[in-house]
Amino acid sequence: MTSSPPRIASGRYPAGRQAFPHRDLTGIGQLERHEILYLLDEAEQWVELNRRPNKHHDALAGLTIINAFFENSTRTLLSFEIAGKRLGADVVNMHAAQSSVKKGETLIDTAITLNAMNADAIVIRHGSSGATQLIASKVDCPVLNAGDGQHEHPTQALLDALALREALSDRGEPSEDFTGLTVVICGDIMHSRVARSNLLCLQALGASVRLCAPPPLMPPGVEAIGAQVFHDFDAALAGADVVMMLRLQNERMSGQFIPSEREYHHLYGLTKKRLDAAAPEALVMHPGPMNRGVEIDSDVADLVDRSLITRQVEMGVAIRMTCLDVLTRSARGVEGWAL
Amino acid sequence: MKQNVPLTITGGRLVLADGVRDGAVRLVDGRIASLGDIAPEDGDEIVEAKGRLVAPGLVDYGVFAVDKPAFHFGGITRAALMPDQSPPLDLPSRVAYIAKSGKPDFWVHPLAAATRGLEGTQLAEIGLMREAGARGIATGRRWIADTGAMLRLLQYAAMLDLTVVAHAEDGALAGDAVATAGEMATRLGLPSAPAEAEALALARDIALAEMAGARVHFRQVTTRAGLDLVRAAKARGLRITAGVTPAHFMLSDLATAEFRSFMRLSPPLRIEDDRQAVIAAIADGTIDVIASGHDPRGPEQKRLPFADAAPGMAGAETLLAMVLTLVRDGTIDMARAFDLVATTPARLLDVEAGALVAGYEADIALIDPEKPWIIDSGKMAATAGNTPFDRQPTQGRVTALFKGGMRIGG
Repeated sequence: MTSSPPRIASGRYPAGRQAFPHRDLTGIGQLERHEILYLLDEAEQWVELNRRPNKHHDALAGLTIINAFFENSTRTLLSFEIAGKRLGADVVNMHAAQSSVKKGETLIDTAITLNAMNADAIVIRHGSSGATQLIASKVDCPVLNAGDGQHEHPTQALLDALALREALSDRGEPSEDFTGLTVVICGDIMHSRVARSNLLCLQALGASVRLCAPPPLMPPGVEAIGAQVFHDFDAALAGADVVMMLRLQNERMSGQFIPSEREYHHLYGLTKKRLDAAAPEALVMHPGPMNRGVEIDSDVADLVDRSLITRQVEMGVAIRMTCLDVLTRSARGVEGWAL
Repeated sequence: MKQNVPLTITGGRLVLADGVRDGAVRLVDGRIASLGDIAPEDGDEIVEAKGRLVAPGLVDYGVFAVDKPAFHFGGITRAALMPDQSPPLDLPSRVAYIAKSGKPDFWVHPLAAATRGLEGTQLAEIGLMREAGARGIATGRRWIADTGAMLRLLQYAAMLDLTVVAHAEDGALAGDAVATAGEMATRLGLPSAPAEAEALALARDIALAEMAGARVHFRQVTTRAGLDLVRAAKARGLRITAGVTPAHFMLSDLATAEFRSFMRLSPPLRIEDDRQAVIAAIADGTIDVIASGHDPRGPEQKRLPFADAAPGMAGAETLLAMVLTLVRDGTIDMARAFDLVATTPARLLDVEAGALVAGYEADIALIDPEKPWIIDSGKMAATAGNTPFDRQPTQGRVTALFKGGMRIGG
């Protein structure tokens, strides 16, 4: 199994153009529909590989990938690390807590330092929106956004799309994209990069997206991006095909944004009873980590065949393998991938 | 350094209060002696204007740094310095020191800090600072949240007949925002505050100004709702004036799309509708002053993610060219342009400058209003090149500058 050549001039990809003509992955906002679909298609081979007893591939053998995480993360960091290692790369994790960032070095100096170490790809998580783009402008290798402030978390949206596509296919409703599907995203939309990336990704793939949150947690102007805005969760759920719940950050629960956890659960918690208002057999998603009993009840999170939560984690590794593979093709000299 | 030899600038187009007219201007002992259809006298030094504009030197009402090369490049001969210095201008000694800092070829008019340490609570020694040379009072980069403190400040200012330069942004609503709430801020995931934070602050401060009978100048009014409040206050006869910087009539929040930290300003860039409202308010006289807001910030403060970068722009060099775009677009005429950047600021500072009037200080700029050039952040005279107009082609350059009758740069 080697990297498949770019499928230029097929029906799906515009003739004469590269399937994925970007050096960096900074956000879903930079991608065309066909580019998203290309990544999802490419990921399928890695889903298959990841289910085998021998999960090793050497596509990225000899490459150095630096995961530079300026913000705490367990799941995303682990997912990127496994993805890089399964492709045979040398993966180094840099945690901000133990780096010179704490000593006052600027982000750009850190970027220049990483660049001088000849990394072949840099994965960035940072607490400030736009930080990935800033670093990308200063280094010579591909940069992947693993979450920047409240801006974007593109690999999360891609893995959500892949999980959803696979689930629909398993159900006997295979479809290239999500045309005709209604997806509800409920929770702290305001502070969520996952919500932004998913809104853009799901819309690009044809889904209609409903956002649901109390007004202080709903970002202004999302209607202009094409979302339908709801404050009443039951109304948002009516007839929905997919319900994506977002984690409520502890620091938002102090009374500034919502009065209390129990009131939030009462108004916006996904319970089994509430889920019945959605379409029959509606699917449930959550990017994790979950606050069981706050935004989602355990009996919903653990619904066999309807909860995609563990499948999302599984798809995460495949999507990150795909992104690392595709973005390094130019440097690896894969035929047809000169940038 | 004083002007010893009388100097006559001949063959120019004089920018006067009521329009542009061909003529000459004679400078004696650092003052404008005569102007109009006059000839040089025996022994005068003569400067040929060769058809260039002969305009008053710009009076920049509200800057954050004394940055002479940038001011001179931009034709600015005087600036009102904001009290946000390190340390703040909240003591008479500091005001007295800074008032002399630019002389002889540049005059700094300090604005006294309204409150000690600019903390918005205890009144600073405004009366003593006035005697030390303060030409106004300013609340600084932030508004004064304590309504009682603001009222008492305005009462003092009214008694001393000093203009209070206020920042119109409700601090509690603005919080840590770096963008205006709306589609662009949401797409970028930037902390944002509603544009109404400006109107809320204006509504309160206009009411307080009326109670105290004070003169208040809102240094930057950038929203349609805010400008409507200023317009209504003026119609009621209140002594309210409003200013803006070129950023808010040249750019909207679309310019933040690439997270470029040179677009990080305070108040933040607004939506296009607000930009249009600013242009209309310049045209109809609601806006009285256009200033540079000159605030050079080096890479250590700007080469950061957008929300972490310091706000502010190096605006002194581009102020004139940006105002001239309003003339070329037909929004205002040339006489009004110089009213906005020189005459009204000088009047607010109560200095005899900012206009070509016999007896006034001989602060004169010769200007080629059509000269094309490209703004380049890497080649600026300012101490830092943080311009939001980087790489933009523009027109209008100062070709010679005189302060008190003395030519700057020989």
